[in-house]
Amino acid sequence: MKNKHAKNKKLIISRLIKTIFEFYPLMFPIAILCIIFNATISSIPAIFMQNIIALVEQNWQAGDWNAVGEKTLSLVSILVLLYILSLTSGIVYNQMMAIITQGTLKKFRIKMFNKMQTLPIKYVDTNNHGDIMSYYTNDIDTLRQMISQSFPQLLISTITVITVFGIMVYYCLWLTLVVIIGVIIMFFITKKVGGGSAKYFIKQQKALGQLEGFVEEMMNGQKVIKVFCHENEIKADFDKINESLYNDAKAANRYANILGPILNNIGNILYVFVAITGGILLVFDVPNISISGLAMGISIVVPFLNMTKQFVGNINQVSHQINAVVMGIAGAQRIYNLIDEEAEQDNGYVSLVNVCEENGQLIECNKRTGIWAWKHPHSSDGTVTYTKLTGDVRLFNVDFEYEEGKTVLHDISLYAKPGQKVAFVGSTGAGKTTITNLLNRFYDIADGKIRYDGININKIKKSDLRRAIGMVLQDTNLFTGTVMDNIRYGKLDASDEECIKASKLVGADDFISRLPNGYHTILTENGSNLSQGQRQLISIARAAVADPPVMILDEATSSIDTRTEAIVQRGMDALMKDRTVFVIAHRLSTVKNSDVIIVLEQGRIIERGNHEELIAKKGQYYQLYTGAFELE
Amino acid sequence: MARSVREYKKLSIITPILISLEVVIECIIPFITATMVNEIKTGSDLNNILKYGVVLIIMAFLSLAFGGIAGFTSATAACGFAKNLRKDMFYSIQNYSFENIDKFLTSSLITRMTTDVSNVQNAYMMLIRTAIRSPLMLVFAFVMAFVMGGRMAWIFLVVVPILAIGLGIVIFKTFPLFKKVFKKYDALNKSIQENIKGMRVVKSFVREDYEQEKFEAAAQDVCEDFTKAERILALNGPLMQFCMYLVMVFVLSFGSYTIITSRGLDFDIGQFSAILTYNFMILSSLMMLSMVFVMITLAGESAKRIVEVLNEKSTLTNPEKPIYSIKDGSVSFENVSFKYSPKAKKMVLENINLEIKPGETIGIIGGTGSSKSSLIQLIPRLYDVSQGTVKVGGIDVRNYDLDTLRNQVAVVLQKNILFSGTIKENLRWGNKDATDEELVEACKLACADEFINQFPKGYDSYVEQGGANLSGGQKQRLCIARALLKKPKILILDDSTSAVDTKTDAKIRKALREYIPETTKIIIAQRTASVEDADRIIVMDKGIINGIGTHKELLAQNAIYKEIYYSQNKAGDHNEE
Repeated sequence: MKNKHAKNKKLIISRLIKTIFEFYPLMFPIAILCIIFNATISSIPAIFMQNIIALVEQNWQAGDWNAVGEKTLSLVSILVLLYILSLTSGIVYNQMMAIITQGTLKKFRIKMFNKMQTLPIKYVDTNNHGDIMSYYTNDIDTLRQMISQSFPQLLISTITVITVFGIMVYYCLWLTLVVIIGVIIMFFITKKVGGGSAKYFIKQQKALGQLEGFVEEMMNGQKVIKVFCHENEIKADFDKINESLYNDAKAANRYANILGPILNNIGNILYVFVAITGGILLVFDVPNISISGLAMGISIVVPFLNMTKQFVGNINQVSHQINAVVMGIAGAQRIYNLIDEEAEQDNGYVSLVNVCEENGQLIECNKRTGIWAWKHPHSSDGTVTYTKLTGDVRLFNVDFEYEEGKTVLHDISLYAKPGQKVAFVGSTGAGKTTITNLLNRFYDIADGKIRYDGININKIKKSDLRRAIGMVLQDTNLFTGTVMDNIRYGKLDASDEECIKASKLVGADDFISRLPNGYHTILTENGSNLSQGQRQLISIARAAVADPPVMILDEATSSIDTRTEAIVQRGMDALMKDRTVFVIAHRLSTVKNSDVIIVLEQGRIIERGNHEELIAKKGQYYQLYTGAFELE
Repeated sequence: MARSVREYKKLSIITPILISLEVVIECIIPFITATMVNEIKTGSDLNNILKYGVVLIIMAFLSLAFGGIAGFTSATAACGFAKNLRKDMFYSIQNYSFENIDKFLTSSLITRMTTDVSNVQNAYMMLIRTAIRSPLMLVFAFVMAFVMGGRMAWIFLVVVPILAIGLGIVIFKTFPLFKKVFKKYDALNKSIQENIKGMRVVKSFVREDYEQEKFEAAAQDVCEDFTKAERILALNGPLMQFCMYLVMVFVLSFGSYTIITSRGLDFDIGQFSAILTYNFMILSSLMMLSMVFVMITLAGESAKRIVEVLNEKSTLTNPEKPIYSIKDGSVSFENVSFKYSPKAKKMVLENINLEIKPGETIGIIGGTGSSKSSLIQLIPRLYDVSQGTVKVGGIDVRNYDLDTLRNQVAVVLQKNILFSGTIKENLRWGNKDATDEELVEACKLACADEFINQFPKGYDSYVEQGGANLSGGQKQRLCIARALLKKPKILILDDSTSAVDTKTDAKIRKALREYIPETTKIIIAQRTASVEDADRIIVMDKGIINGIGTHKELLAQNAIYKEIYYSQNKAGDHNEE
């Protein structure tokens, strides 16, 4: 199990690197090359230092600068040259990585967002919105840290360690051995302490999420808390969660904090051991074993000490990145999970086209004619038929389940001829909203058939089906932008006049013209600068601009003032005129004016008929009607 | 905010002291190593070298000890500070009135308690660790460089200002950029949230492509600004490298010249390596200092937002000498007017006068927006009146101890809220010492016992957050039972039986009448059937009392009541149960 997990981690890293390669097929390899170049060059100066020190060592007693000056200076100029190269490559890769990091994040954001648009509505319904948001905020942030810092740092450190190691072996095997032993110890400590730190950091994230959930629940129930004087109990519960968050945070930070001093001082001790070993080698004149074949001397020990520092410093750097890497992998994993989600399937092939009528025949045309038809290609004989869009919707023996085995709708059959109004009535959970979710295929039915203008909706392209069905929901969702933008959302190529006409039709024009900037007033935060009723009016106008033959309406139950309620109602009525309408009804007048009332209970139709028929029947509807009309 | 440090003050002071000791040792170590290197160089005997080695190892352990302990204490202090901050915030939110809560949004309060506190926690740890360490290290390393390197150290007087000015420019340039781009970033995230919430609208209007285009443009914009800022920031690394190199080249060329020309008198090989070590120390501590500066400035914003929460004064507080007992369940409104915010223009309730006797059953009826709920929320002091007085048991509610008042005035709110936990746990909100028998009794009165017993786990069944696994009617009945357990003097049901069928509704009312006759009962309802048998019915309309009387009286005289009654009953010979 643990093994599999580790393998997953590696897979995610390699996938991430592959993705960056795909995003930046040219710049990314160049940046990597520059990093490697920079890291290699940065470790070379040790050789020149050794050479210069050797020169100085041989000549300092003579005190003759002229003898060595030229040679020293030429070594120094090579060094300067190398430094210039290193700096140049350093600037190049730093700049490139800045571009790559931000670009990659942008592309991930867009990828996630675009993916999200294609996902079935079920995804948004079943996932916590806060969780989805955290992909875009927390997880993207962890990626930023990993790509811009951890990734180059790890590469640099690896290269440096390898080259420095090479140089060490080149000079002296004995001293290298001492360093290796030290490094092994450091490795284990890093793994232990760094691993502990990462473990607790992840725990801390979880505890933080828990605290967030708790606070949210309590804030929502604040009135109840006050009414029951439960403040003290809530405080005690909060303290418990807060305490466990504190413990995890403390542990995570402790581990992270002590790693630095430990590695640093092992480095110091290692330094001492290298020095002493060097001393012993010198004093006892131990024959040197090295690739270079240089004899043991102070000119080897001094640069060696510096290399030890460099070595330790790099391992220290790597250890700083452990948390970032662990959290980055977890973040990348979640981001990939979203990207890998299965998109909404659409096998529809019947599409909605503009037609003109010639001699009673429907002929497809490219321009907007205002007449629409379903274009139905038949694969069996290769013919194409056109059916005029009228708004005739029929359900035949429909069963539906959100989860396997839990049927929520049983054997629903009903029909609405063009222009008819169907009202759904029933208590919460009876299945009213569920039925409307099936009409535009937000969810797919388990059994039965739904036909639109006689065509099985499974054959219709989802986008065209949805274009043919408008929706006004109880919770109005408006978008940041002007009032005009929001109305035009219903039909992107609508002119200003069309939008204003639609607002007038539904009675929204009156209040919109009185806004400070009229139709150009900017709405923010779901139109928080408007009243509930005004928001509803805009959403009704939006649907009116779209002008679909079939409408699904979910009447608001929430309290709005009586005057606005009347205006909203008139708007709804205007919208319903000459359309096939399915309405989740909460108001008496709507129900009374419907052609058919469908009474639902626990996913079944228990009664149907018009108002008079159902009252006469004295069944459930009669009970509801006389008992109360407040159904929710 | 500093008050929240409390028990972690000691650790917050110890940490910098330990860090200082660590820094001192860290700066002396290269000094001793240099001496040791010289010993090796001059070929002195091994004992001498070993002596230095032992000293060095002891120092390393000391440094480890100081550094390690400081790591522990700083983690404890910072996390503890954060814990106290969260606690203080939560406690002060609990004392807020609804007016205070409305001022902040729930989501904003949550961010302040999580993200902002985390920022402050990290900055605090930085402050007690690195903010001491870096300048100290800088000064020490500087001094040691002069002690060890002699003339060679003058190079730092050139290099350090270069780096300092360079870092300063980078910070100065990027700071406003980042501030700007973070605003855009927030807007981008808000648009994502909007999209998630409005997914049904997006899909039903088939606007996926449109949304994608809009988002791509916004993401591109954010990306460009971020890249601009990051690219300036990316100059930091090469700048640091440049300074390092400068020192290296200088020391190697000028250093070897000095060694040779002075025959090792002014400068020697041991000092050579020491000065390079200090080079690294000086430059990296300067770098750290600039980071600390940025972190702390960024955390400043978060700190400001936290302080706002802590300093918010509750607009509704306990009186100085509170009264701890309530005589009886009588309620009176005297010339009461009320609006939710002092800034609002219109009163929600206007000039209400009302006398309710103990034990009376009062029905309240009226359309949406007629301020029925606002009226009853004044009784347990969820809000304070704007004008006039509300009295319970003959005394102004503002003179009672808040807990006493609210324990005696039980309200079943319109918005039924249950909390995640078992049914029993939820019921015990009413009375935490209630026995199981008492729970069952209350549930029987509220007609909740019947459905609870149908659950496999009965009273131990788990209620999900917000009571998501219960139907509206079940939730309402549980909430009534929960309120009954308080054994209050006044019981207020705010439209609490709307989802309960008429038969059960009548049953509950009958039970209330028979089992708690002394309790004053105020029932807000939508349907006249729920209030017909009340002693008196109040008809509310647009914030004023339109009429008071019995069912019969109102039916004869009150137009609004008549209209409501007939719209619900004209369907024929409907019989009251």
